[in-house]
Amino acid sequence: MDSMTVERLKEKAIQLRETAVTMVYKAQSGHPGGSLSAADFVTALYFKEMNVNPEDPNWAERDRFVLSKGHVAPIQYAALAHKGFVPLEMINTLREYGSPFQGHPDSKKCPGVDISTGSLGQGLSCAVGMALGGKLDEKAYRVFAVVGDGECQEGQIWEAAQSAVKYELDNLVVFIDDNGLQIDGTTEEVMPNHDLEKKFQAFGFETKRIDGHSMEEIVDTLDEVREAKNGKPKCIVCNTVKGKGVSYMENVVGWHGKAPNEEQYKLAMEELAGGLHA
Amino acid sequence: MTVLDLKATEQIATREAFGDEIVELGRNNKNILVVDADIGSSCKTTKFMNEFPKQHINVGIAEQNAAGLAAGLATTGKIPFVSTYAVFGSLRMAEQIRQEICYPNLNVKIACSHGGLTPANDGGSHQAIEDMGVLRTIPNMTVIMGADYYSTRKLVKQASEMHGAVYLRFTRDKVPVIYDENETFEIGKAKQLRNGKDVALIANGDTVHLALQAAEILESKGVSAQLLDMHTIKPIDKEAVLECIEIGNIVTVEDHNIINGLGSAVSEIVAEQGKGKVRRIGVQDRFGESAPYDKLLEINGITVENIVNTAEEML
Repeated sequence: MDSMTVERLKEKAIQLRETAVTMVYKAQSGHPGGSLSAADFVTALYFKEMNVNPEDPNWAERDRFVLSKGHVAPIQYAALAHKGFVPLEMINTLREYGSPFQGHPDSKKCPGVDISTGSLGQGLSCAVGMALGGKLDEKAYRVFAVVGDGECQEGQIWEAAQSAVKYELDNLVVFIDDNGLQIDGTTEEVMPNHDLEKKFQAFGFETKRIDGHSMEEIVDTLDEVREAKNGKPKCIVCNTVKGKGVSYMENVVGWHGKAPNEEQYKLAMEELAGGLHA
Repeated sequence: MTVLDLKATEQIATREAFGDEIVELGRNNKNILVVDADIGSSCKTTKFMNEFPKQHINVGIAEQNAAGLAAGLATTGKIPFVSTYAVFGSLRMAEQIRQEICYPNLNVKIACSHGGLTPANDGGSHQAIEDMGVLRTIPNMTVIMGADYYSTRKLVKQASEMHGAVYLRFTRDKVPVIYDENETFEIGKAKQLRNGKDVALIANGDTVHLALQAAEILESKGVSAQLLDMHTIKPIDKEAVLECIEIGNIVTVEDHNIINGLGSAVSEIVAEQGKGKVRRIGVQDRFGESAPYDKLLEINGITVENIVNTAEEML
């Protein structure tokens, strides 16, 4: 397993942000805001935690990754490209005909995508099925799902949650990207989620709320979760900022699904080169 | 092939065929799973659950999750059969089937009881008249309804042996056994029950026995009727339909809305050939209601008499 220090992971998270923003800029289409809010834990998963093999993407013993909020594909693609699942130069093909990098993840086209997603609310069910399959076959792999906070307005998320608890899937780890924004406004305005950590806890998950941009907290939490084989699925609710790392995108609803122009792109790259600010 | 004498034969709901066959399949292949959504006793999966508890999952009243969870299981090499009623299996789960099963082309079977008007006394809410049409439009999906107990068992077995998404539709109510238990069936290949030269009857599911009786009556009136059991409406057996087009007059019969079911699938081929005539017998684009099953068929003209009359009108 590729095990990086926290400092190296922070650098890697910047690199993935740069790649994700570049992909959206080149394509002039895509979803930068949520890609940036999810960047830090996605980096920790791909570059420290998950047992995956770019040489053998369908390796039966691999850890699985399900991007339930499939529209933030650019951040997963950035991770897959830097990890070596797909040649790095392919990042210039996002949303192009024939590209492995479809607008939303397509498991038929992109090595390392464990299941196609893009219609919100559905990925967690698939992750539950993968985790259950692992349990039935007594395999050691784990399943990591990334779920958006807005997406938790979908009823199917809670159907999936109750089944994860029933089948005691302690091999399932759910990351909630709690950035507080969705297309039509704040989640508070559109449909309040209240406390997602308490909700998952009430369903029977082992839960924790962390700063989703603190690599230290992410790594420490993953260490704790790895050891907890207690019959409970895990839910890590991450306080995040949509657009994190690019000042003019941060906490701005309009950057959900919009590409930067040339000037904006240059500014984004300059800011990201300076690292994350607190 | 032999067709049994309908008057002498027994009546069995085809959901029973699924319940019996899935036990055989589960015994021989530990990767065969059943994903229930609470109504297993009604969908006839209880025997399976009792015999293979480790291969049985029950998600409760949560069909959307059943479909997504099954997709996840399929990525790990399992062959899940999601079992529910046809209304839920085709419509409540429609987008999950599209996004997580058909789009990634995963090996999940959707096995549904209560197809068509057969849950007769349950009323319109539970009578699935749109299911096969809805699922027929989704790429990577195979859509099947067996005519009787034995054909359904064979088709369930074949579905388990092929890769990909398959929708299997069963009757809640009893239908006559028309095939010998040794008869063979092939997904995508129509079963020809009679040779004829004047008119072609193409039926599926619980209407095949009606078409069979109609063909016999037509014969007695000197009209020679070809009869096909089109158990697979997607992929439809185009060769068999082309043969019917050569006969010229085609009557389709189905326990499904006449929009987008068997009749539509046949008509698409006929229209592209630019010859042949089709008349469709089926549910008349109206919801069902609580009534005896025979009454519901009668309201919609899905009767032996109407098949005979329609065929004669075309000559």
